[in-house]
Amino acid sequence: MNQNQLRQDHASGLAFFAKSELLSGQDVERALKRMAHEIIEKNGTLEDLVLVALQRGGAKFGERLQELLSEIAGLGVPLGLLDVSFYRDDLEQRPVPNSAETTIPTSLEDKTVILVDDVLFTGRTVRAALNALSDWGRPHVVQLAVMVDRGHRELPIRPDFIGKNLPTSMDEAIVATVEGVWIGSMVAQ
Amino acid sequence: MDWIDGGSVMQSIRGQNLLSLSELSKEAIVEVLDIAESFVEVNQRTIKKVPALKGKVVASLFFEESTRTRLSFETAAKRLSADVLSLAIASSSVKKGESLRDTIATVDALGIDAVILRHASSGAAEQVSRYVPHVRVINAGDGQHQHPTQGLLDAFTIRQTLAARRGLNSSETGAELFVGLKILIVGDIRHSRVARSDIAAYRSLGAEVMVAGPPTLLPQSVAQWGVTHAENFEEALRWADVVGLLRLQRERGTGSFVPTLNEYTATYGLTEERAALLKPEALVMHPGPMNRGIEIDSKVADGPQAIIERQVSNGVPVRMAVLYLSMAGLGGSK
Repeated sequence: MNQNQLRQDHASGLAFFAKSELLSGQDVERALKRMAHEIIEKNGTLEDLVLVALQRGGAKFGERLQELLSEIAGLGVPLGLLDVSFYRDDLEQRPVPNSAETTIPTSLEDKTVILVDDVLFTGRTVRAALNALSDWGRPHVVQLAVMVDRGHRELPIRPDFIGKNLPTSMDEAIVATVEGVWIGSMVAQ
Repeated sequence: MDWIDGGSVMQSIRGQNLLSLSELSKEAIVEVLDIAESFVEVNQRTIKKVPALKGKVVASLFFEESTRTRLSFETAAKRLSADVLSLAIASSSVKKGESLRDTIATVDALGIDAVILRHASSGAAEQVSRYVPHVRVINAGDGQHQHPTQGLLDAFTIRQTLAARRGLNSSETGAELFVGLKILIVGDIRHSRVARSDIAAYRSLGAEVMVAGPPTLLPQSVAQWGVTHAENFEEALRWADVVGLLRLQRERGTGSFVPTLNEYTATYGLTEERAALLKPEALVMHPGPMNRGIEIDSKVADGPQAIIERQVSNGVPVRMAVLYLSMAGLGGSK
């Protein structure tokens, strides 16, 4: 994505206008490698570990983390995808998101679940995700991995693995993909 | 009497009433179908319930009898965590002569967010939407006018079946599988709200629609609906990619429009002999409840081309999508 490219959000009719690139694709890759090492360090073993990436922004990060964990530790970790649209508590306030596929490949009972998302902001998506996870069993531990923590939490939620801390103002927008991280603003189309 | 809705076109049912499919754009219909795909997955989970409509109250008011529509609407609302107020009309004050307006006012006074309404009078849902403008109204069948969720679930079932055959992910196909699709609707078009909703949905999505039936059961205005009329039923069966049969509605007086039911079966029933004329890949649909042996032969109804059971099971996810979208807020993004 180049600097002036618009990212569209069809649900809200808004588009992302990038002002500057904060991390390059290489920076993101380095951060993901470090996070993979931290995940192994913290959990000791990869057995009983399940990655659950949040749709849609977390999906690519989940895939890449799965590959890196397998390269580093030589062990496959299951990856699930979770769409939390139907678990949100702000249906009244925001346009209905376009829901995406949910696939949880294994029971989460007694597993160590690592939620993966692109940007951690208010914490409401993670709250919805925690709510959703309980429908697939009772995990032993749930940990949170995010590429960008931009602050402004509205709930007592804290990430365990962070790609990059980026202090932002409320009206700024952040887009984080495996190709890079940009800061900009949402503009009406 | 003919019911043709005109005027405004809605681009989405988000935060809106669902009264008729004639007022929905192709995009609005595709949006419902896509969200319904997500709810199919929810319905396959061990815990088939999501908290999307927690704290909302949905009143289910069926002034006409129904099995599948009522059950699937109420199941849909419950799987979205809404509370359901269900009024059994037969044991209610309606039997004492209470008017529709007063019944709605009573239910509204309990504090409701949405009404699912079935009524024998065409236009009843729209009427109710004027009585209670702050409540979302979902039409579950009004007289001979519309049955929007049936039209949506029929379109959903066709898309799902065709996509699966071609190995496609149906939520990525938009309306493309309907372009040029030949759909034949057979039977009592005149009295059928299902036909009106099906035709509106299929035409918005880009299908070619033909109707067939005894001339007495075709409305005079059928030409204005943008459909063609089959001159020869057997030819039409060979032409069709999808055949949608309608129920002979004896409660709406269909009986007096055909000489005898036997004669109807002889001329327009989908018998085994007629089913043999269909393309091998053609689909056979029926909104239920079926009059086996009248409009459809029992063997055809249970045969490999029939997707009738799928229509029933898709009722829940499609109605979940309708309730979810209709009851969502329209507020700005955060």
